[in-house]
Amino acid sequence: MSDEKTVTFPVEGAHVMLFARSIGDYNPAYHDPGDGEGNPMGAHAVPPTFPQAVAQFDPDYPLRIKDGEAWFGSGGSPSGIEGKPATSGGLHAEQHFEYTRPIRPGEVLTARYSQGETWEKESRRAGKLTFTERLVDYYDRDGNHVCRARGVGVRTERPVDQG
Amino acid sequence: MKASEISVGQTFEKVVVEDLKRTQLVMYSGTSGDYNPLHTDDLYCKEAAGYPGVFAHGMLTMGMTGTLVTDLFGAENVRKYGVRFTNQVWPGDTLTATATVQDIREEDGRAVAEIGVETKNQDGKTVVLGSATGLLED
Repeated sequence: MSDEKTVTFPVEGAHVMLFARSIGDYNPAYHDPGDGEGNPMGAHAVPPTFPQAVAQFDPDYPLRIKDGEAWFGSGGSPSGIEGKPATSGGLHAEQHFEYTRPIRPGEVLTARYSQGETWEKESRRAGKLTFTERLVDYYDRDGNHVCRARGVGVRTERPVDQG
Repeated sequence: MKASEISVGQTFEKVVVEDLKRTQLVMYSGTSGDYNPLHTDDLYCKEAAGYPGVFAHGMLTMGMTGTLVTDLFGAENVRKYGVRFTNQVWPGDTLTATATVQDIREEDGRAVAEIGVETKNQDGKTVVLGSATGLLED
């Protein structure tokens, strides 16, 4: 298991507020305009799944349109990539967060990515399943550990049977 | 949540979303950065990917379920939160999260509680299953 890359993740109050809204959480801790100390939007906490939003700052993140690259979503045709196989692609099987300390809006974190285990399993609903574990460790400016995110992705042989 | 106010086996329930809207999937794509068309693009889902339509990001369901966890502990007190995604979540779904206190103990001189978390849709199908650990107030 080796470090693959690092990404700088500024934890901004406005981003926290928008993220909290998008999960239906209107807790004032995420947007309280009365608590502006050090944070323009006043957020003083982040939802526990917020570290996932590091994707916004990951230059290689594949699920975002990038300048000059083909995108697989629909435009004039159902997919922008001709001949793309009708598979489900990757799905998220598990996600875990472990905090050494709370994340504070206004701080800048460094996310270090590394690969975990890979394994396979047969499924009646989607054929052969290939699981891949991905670890992201978040550190503060002093190099102290803040949080570990462990995600398990699964690639299915065919779309998951809805029956 | 205070240690003196809870006991092992106690449950808490919250409807974390009623009649999930496609717009919420768009909002979550925008904030999380996960723009996978599986979550926002019906045409792609139906005609390219072989799904009946768009469905929720697993992380959106985890995030919505997490609002019960943070309602109980407070966001700053959550130490661990993890789930398995067991079924897909679709627009129109109503999700109810249940937290069950599994253990109350001391760690490094602080009271912590471990809770089991399960979220079901309107048909009683489990969509996420997991657990969380958080610090309790004195």
